[in-house]
Amino acid sequence: MADAARDPQQDDTGLLELEDGEDLFPEPGPGPALEESGPASLTTEDLSTNANGPKQASLFDDDPDDLFAEATEEVSLDSPDRDVLLSDGPSPAITPMTPPTSVITPRIGHAHDDMFTHSSFDEIEEEDGGDSFDIHISVSDPEKVGDGMNAYMAYKVTTKTSMSLFKLREFSVRRRFSDFLGLHSKLASKYLHIGYIVPPAPEKSIVGMTKVKVGKEDQSSNEFVEKRRSALERYLMRTVKHPILLKDPDVLQFLESSELPRAVSTQALSSAGLLRMVNKAADAVNKMTIKMNESDAWFEEKQQHFENLDVQLRKLHASVESLVLHRKELSMNMASFAKSAAMLGNSEDHTALSRALSQLAEVEEKIDQLQQDQANADFYFLSELLGDYVRLITAVKGVFDQRMKTWQKWQDSQMMLQKKREAEAKLQFNNKPDKLQQAKDEIKELEMKVQQGERDFEQISKTIRKEVGRFEKERVKDFKSTVIQYLETLLQTQQQMIKYWEAFLPEAKAIS
Amino acid sequence: NLLCPGARCGANLCRLMSIRSVSVDLNNDASLLIDIPDALCERDKVKFTVHTKTTLSSFQKPEFSVPRQHEDFIWLHDTLVETEDYAGLIIPPAPPKPDFEGPREKMHKLGEGEATMTKEEYTKMKQELEAEYLAVFKKTVQVHEIFLQRLSSHPILNKDRNFQIFLEYDQDLSVRRKNAKEMFGGFFKNMVKSADEVLISGVKEVDDFFEQEKTFLLDYYSKIKDSTAKAEKMTRSHKNIADDYIRISSLMYQQKITRILIYTHIVVTMSFVSLQKVEGRVASDQELKLTELLRYYMRDIQAAKDLLYRRARALADYENSNKALDKARLKSKDIPQAEEHQQQCLQKFDKLSESGKKELTSFKGRRVVAFRKNLIEMAELEIKHAKVRSSIQLYYICFIMCTNELQYAWGICKILCEQI
Repeated sequence: MADAARDPQQDDTGLLELEDGEDLFPEPGPGPALEESGPASLTTEDLSTNANGPKQASLFDDDPDDLFAEATEEVSLDSPDRDVLLSDGPSPAITPMTPPTSVITPRIGHAHDDMFTHSSFDEIEEEDGGDSFDIHISVSDPEKVGDGMNAYMAYKVTTKTSMSLFKLREFSVRRRFSDFLGLHSKLASKYLHIGYIVPPAPEKSIVGMTKVKVGKEDQSSNEFVEKRRSALERYLMRTVKHPILLKDPDVLQFLESSELPRAVSTQALSSAGLLRMVNKAADAVNKMTIKMNESDAWFEEKQQHFENLDVQLRKLHASVESLVLHRKELSMNMASFAKSAAMLGNSEDHTALSRALSQLAEVEEKIDQLQQDQANADFYFLSELLGDYVRLITAVKGVFDQRMKTWQKWQDSQMMLQKKREAEAKLQFNNKPDKLQQAKDEIKELEMKVQQGERDFEQISKTIRKEVGRFEKERVKDFKSTVIQYLETLLQTQQQMIKYWEAFLPEAKAIS
Repeated sequence: NLLCPGARCGANLCRLMSIRSVSVDLNNDASLLIDIPDALCERDKVKFTVHTKTTLSSFQKPEFSVPRQHEDFIWLHDTLVETEDYAGLIIPPAPPKPDFEGPREKMHKLGEGEATMTKEEYTKMKQELEAEYLAVFKKTVQVHEIFLQRLSSHPILNKDRNFQIFLEYDQDLSVRRKNAKEMFGGFFKNMVKSADEVLISGVKEVDDFFEQEKTFLLDYYSKIKDSTAKAEKMTRSHKNIADDYIRISSLMYQQKITRILIYTHIVVTMSFVSLQKVEGRVASDQELKLTELLRYYMRDIQAAKDLLYRRARALADYENSNKALDKARLKSKDIPQAEEHQQQCLQKFDKLSESGKKELTSFKGRRVVAFRKNLIEMAELEIKHAKVRSSIQLYYICFIMCTNELQYAWGICKILCEQI
């Protein structure tokens, strides 16, 4: 890691290495998508070989050089940690990646990298001390409890852990969907306003649940239950991955205690629900009216970053949903073709050809099944992940909004203090001793309030920086492991397809 | 120019034409070799270059080429169908009109939606559309070529005078085409066609062979028509998936997302790009092999049914002539004419039956061979594609896992991209 010289030719065997402080992700200008070559970082480099900015048309060329040009720079982000990763050894196992030593710090940011880097180093120190994060939660065994419109699904929540935080190493409880919502609402009320990113709970679905309640034991209601089960599992895992939330007594109670008071206020059509809606609306209005003087460019940039990410993720999510749909269509069409081919085979009077056609029908049917499984994988891995992150980003944006509110509160207190001081001056001038004392007391109170407001604002800003850092890290890990799982399913599908077609080939050759 | 690439597809065509021929064993008789080495797409019209190499003295030169339009092929087909002497033969089905409507409509939609998509996505989709256009082009050349090759390999049809004119006449055929239309009139043909099913099933069959063939062909035709439609739907789904991958890969490639995903984005993008390429290719290969095969034999079976129809009509004529003869004998009037007429009908019917039997037998053989060839090739292509896809995925997984293998992974990825 000694030399900082960046090697422009990607065919070289030398790995690209960078000094820690060097900025790898210069924020591009308003120019075209590929332009990553900021002036600061590429002074020694021959820009033509990297072919970044101007060559938009060559983006999807068969020539991979363009892609790799960027890639090599970004990948060497790992270089500080390379030794660490090497020692871990390449393992095919995917879940869950223990974070303590392998830290991939995303260098997203600008000249203000320093601040960000520092906070992320803080985190490393934090995590190194204390318990290693070892907890795994699974949600399983959905069971319908009760009948008719009062029925609900109960899920088994199993926790496996070696952490000293818990009484046992393995234990399970039964919970229903509203319990999860209740947990989230408690955590949100406790932590959101001080800047912690509380993972959002899965969404309610009146249509889906009604089908289940009514007792329709069909494909779509089974899919719905499975989708929900998986979402609940991801929700809990995300929640406990947060070091602060994990220690929260509500979380512990949720995981451990066999009886949980029913969270009534989470019902959609309840007074609490209506109150929530009203509050949400009020918040939205406030957001529009708060004009914060952003003195910290980090926050400004981060907000922009999350806005963009929101847009991109939504688009991507929509495309993946389209993929899932088309794959389901393909599977349907394959199934109907398989039937048709089988009938054609029956109709065929040449024996060998008839058999081959029947075999073809069977192959297509098997592959149709594969395509269905693949569609499920597309869905669960990609689509749901993207959906989760769309909601998470909303939570992140919410946290930024909370900071604005905190700032507003501080400003309001300051204004009040100012007014009171003016009032006090007036009173002094008019010489009204009794009212003066009251004013002085009020001013003292307000001064403390202002101080508190400032402290709160500093605190929430600090917390958010840490949270965003943690969030980015988690997201990278999340996407990486999900992508690997997804690719593995794709791989399995392909290998299975090879087997089927290879079994068919001799049948086709046997036609004479 | 969004509407038509105006491409001269010669070289590309030859390279891609390795996946050719729904019929086999054509064009291997050196005395008359025909192919379409080149085609030009101009506006809505396709101009085929028909190239002939022959040792037969009936032709003026041993090797020559002429430009022909789709309408010329139709003219040739129709004159053969209307020729009385060929009533006992299966006339090779006419090639369908070149249909660029699908890709053209998509091009149009793409042009309209240009504003809403990124530059990369637009470029990529345009490339895909051009490939689709090329595939349609390829298909239409193939099907026109096969039509001519069927004729050249048929011992009776290849001696047809109009066939020779088609191959050799170096002027525009449009004058002849107009005359033919006036003579035969299109509507008569259509009217006749719709009656054939009824007639074929109605007539009392005396010959076991034909009884079996009739049952078989009628049933097989409806089944293959259904299979063709379902295969087409499958192909469309594959294309949709390929389009989705384009969109996803172009989104993932965008800067904001990709930075966040660190190096996995490269992998994922490459996976998606390459998957899309393979999906697109699967769609077109499957199209060519399976769907085209089914489509072609659907038309061929229709031609066989037409033969059965003509024979059934001849049988009906013969039966009618018998009745007429009986009537004449009863009335003792015009007996010699009636007897003559009856003889003619019988001869015609016998001739059709004899020739028909030969044709239908060789048709079955041809069909079996073609199915075999295409099914084998399709299976081999599917295996190849699945192997490519799985090696891509395998390497990408390895790459993510073994970050110290960077330089090797780059090399591998590059090689893989080239392979696709």
